[in-house]
Amino acid sequence: MRSVSDGPFPHEWLLAGGAEGAAAARGHVWTVATRRNQPRPGFEDMMATSLSASDHGVSSPHGEGTSKRDFLKLVTGAAALVGTGAIVWPLIDSMNPSQDVLALGSVEVNLEPIQAGMGITVLWRGKPIFVRHRTEKEIKEAEDVSLSALSDPETDAARVKAGHTQWIIVVGICTHLGCVPLGNKPSDPRGEWGGWFCPCHGSQYDTSGRVRHGPAPANLPVPPYAFQTDTKIKIG
Amino acid sequence: MRRIPLARLFIGAALGGLLAAAPARAADDAKLPKVEWSFAGPFGTYDLASAQRGFLIYQQVCSNCHSMNQLYYRNLEGIGLSEEQIKAVAASVQVPGGVDDNGQPIQRPGRPADHFRAPFPNDQAARAANGGALPPDQSVLELAREGGADYLYALMVGYADPPADMKMQPGMMYNKYFPGHQIAMPQPLQDGSVQYTDGTKPTLEQEAKDVVTFLAWAAEPELVERKQMGVKIILFLLLLTGLTYAVKRKLWSDVH
Amino acid sequence: MVGLHKSEFKNPLVRWIDTRLPVFTMMQNEYGSFPTPRNFNYFWNFGALAMVAMMIMIITGIFLAMNYVPNTALAFDSVERIMRDVNYGWLIRYVHMNGASMFFIVVYIHIFRGLYYGSYKTPRELLWMLGVVILLLMMMTAFMGYVLPWGQMSYWGATVITNLFSAFPIVGKSIVTWLWGGFSVDNPTLNRFFSLHYLLPFVIVAVVFLHVAALHITGSNNPLGIEPKGPQDTLPFHPYYTVKDSVGICVFLIVYAALVFFAPNFLGNPDNYIPANPMVTPAEIVPEWYLLPYYAILRSVPNKLGGVLMMFGSILVLFVLPWLDTSPVRSARFRPIFRQLVLLLVIDVIVLGDVGAHRPEGWWVVVGRLATTYYFLFFLVLLPVVGKLERPLKLPDSISKPVLGGGGPLPGGAPAKPMEKA
Repeated sequence: MRSVSDGPFPHEWLLAGGAEGAAAARGHVWTVATRRNQPRPGFEDMMATSLSASDHGVSSPHGEGTSKRDFLKLVTGAAALVGTGAIVWPLIDSMNPSQDVLALGSVEVNLEPIQAGMGITVLWRGKPIFVRHRTEKEIKEAEDVSLSALSDPETDAARVKAGHTQWIIVVGICTHLGCVPLGNKPSDPRGEWGGWFCPCHGSQYDTSGRVRHGPAPANLPVPPYAFQTDTKIKIG
Repeated sequence: MRRIPLARLFIGAALGGLLAAAPARAADDAKLPKVEWSFAGPFGTYDLASAQRGFLIYQQVCSNCHSMNQLYYRNLEGIGLSEEQIKAVAASVQVPGGVDDNGQPIQRPGRPADHFRAPFPNDQAARAANGGALPPDQSVLELAREGGADYLYALMVGYADPPADMKMQPGMMYNKYFPGHQIAMPQPLQDGSVQYTDGTKPTLEQEAKDVVTFLAWAAEPELVERKQMGVKIILFLLLLTGLTYAVKRKLWSDVH
Repeated sequence: MVGLHKSEFKNPLVRWIDTRLPVFTMMQNEYGSFPTPRNFNYFWNFGALAMVAMMIMIITGIFLAMNYVPNTALAFDSVERIMRDVNYGWLIRYVHMNGASMFFIVVYIHIFRGLYYGSYKTPRELLWMLGVVILLLMMMTAFMGYVLPWGQMSYWGATVITNLFSAFPIVGKSIVTWLWGGFSVDNPTLNRFFSLHYLLPFVIVAVVFLHVAALHITGSNNPLGIEPKGPQDTLPFHPYYTVKDSVGICVFLIVYAALVFFAPNFLGNPDNYIPANPMVTPAEIVPEWYLLPYYAILRSVPNKLGGVLMMFGSILVLFVLPWLDTSPVRSARFRPIFRQLVLLLVIDVIVLGDVGAHRPEGWWVVVGRLATTYYFLFFLVLLPVVGKLERPLKLPDSISKPVLGGGGPLPGGAPAKPMEKA
């Protein structure tokens, strides 16, 4: 094994002195000599010198001057930090939705062709929206649930528009991990509560889109929408 | 020494983990029938005659509903068609040819450099023509289904009458191997669905085997080249491993 | 002349460079004469193997990027074009695709090695923590890479994983929107994932450099877990371990080639050959095999936020591992109880992987919860307690001395042959 003292690297200026101690202690590596071939100050010495120069060396050795300078350093540092933040923010914000994405605003849906008991899926902002025409029985089921039976308590009335209670309109994305639940087509499984069933992890929603079973933490959200006529809505 | 059992246990565990973690490829219910594929195994190659018959079936049956958007007519060289044959196949269809001098879209006969013509201009048209169901693109279908070629073959031969206790949705067919057993595609192949020019008897099983061979080729046209290259590379690596190990033994002989 | 390095190299060009920038001396010290414990077993190959896997990934990735198009309308087709029309494109893509699996296999064995032989213990804590950073970066890179082909599993995997951040209260939703650059996984998401997938490997290279630098400060651990006491305990890295690593690399390449040439899609998911469709969720969303154990932990917790925290916690706990293990003895060879527990942990993680591949129903839920419990029990309870209670076996005096007085694997006290400085 190569011993330290005849190491190949008598250049402490090249490698930081910090590694020197550790390497020397282990007896090898990162290559530093313990022998100094000239009275050149080591890295640590230089650091110490420069620090002391900036702290005391200029003019006033008094405490007052030091604290003023400390304050100035603090303010300068804070200003630099604010400046850096101002540069970084545009980069961060550039990752938020851009104008063209935001502009894909609204979708109009004609409700006329949707029979009672049927639902359709429309795409809004890249998300599927379930528009479902509920039967009388389904409306009653949704309204009769007591809030204490719900893990995310919400009345049915809060989730539909007054006077249009046969229409339930929800974002068709499971609140668990973003899958699209089944149940819009009559041939789909709808789960025990007659609403929607998520095939990914088995969450079940009722006819008001409220979670009734499974890992989903919240009800299917209701997107912003308005009735333009009795048979036409605008989402977004 | 405890080293050896530990190493063995670990390797066993690692392999076990690998196998356990690999996606289960078998369909959940019915066991897929075993078929002897020409392209199976480390030395497998495509049975080109079978693939050509399969292409005939694709042309006459599948392509009425299914697209194969990743393929070009020129690719048919891979199943042994000659340049003249490929030109003829391509020219037999009309493809969109840009616009004429008045800006109106025109059609022209296909060329070898054209994509396979799709039966429908878009997904909506395909759905509308097929009772709401979308016939999937067949380019990589063999890779896109659990069970691969075996599954596709099983699907072709798996049509049957539904069990008495099963309620079928309107317009759906019963298939033993389709997940859920209700498939929107009517049985595509029967005995004698096509007339083979090479004298092969067009039984359902033969047709299924041929069309799946064609689909397997379409999904993995590089398979033969890949396996042949693999054999050579592994032989080379075995030799290199042997040599390296010999050098290692020699170098370490004075340490042990 | 003052300041020039005294080079020992004879070749005039090498010498000219080396006197000005002693990179050759550095290589000689770090990979040539570097004193390495003489008793490594083949588990010590896996660091070098990881390095090889990483370079293969970077090289193949650069060439793939020349033909890949990060656009939702074109990504799937561009990958198929690589497979069909680009010369040897199928080879480059299959090497890259399976390279991810090989990289993870190798790194997991490397981590197990560190765990079993106590390589994380003082003074190698920082070395270990840098390794955990590499693992995290690898997972991020692999996840984003899996999104790029824009198949069904790409899309839904991205949706499920990015949605994890929505579990955090208040800021969760904004974070997810920010990650997506929209209101769902879409073109902006694909673009940024491609950008980051290209960037992160070079960050990994930088951290690997620190990992190796830290290794060369402390020196390597070894199967006995005791420090070398002198030259008789070590061998120069070259040629002894360069050739031993070469043997491992050859075996690694054989396994790798078998996968690439004969079963390139064995570890993949068929659903990823179906183009992404935001309107159709696959019946089952599973990540790549190397992420399955974490996925199992996520799904074992009934509470969404809890699951997410546990999943992140399962990796973050590795950061504090050096301080959780209270035993001063490194190698499991001399820790009979720890040895059983750590082997059980390996089985536990494999079981978690299996659970992650299955729908969380029936007894899979129970098994998943038990396995998750053991995972955390091992790190948070068993390690600190066993370290205090366990009676370790007697440690050998030195690497070259016979183990426990009996005939060990190495001739007792045989001095290492003095090596030429090659």
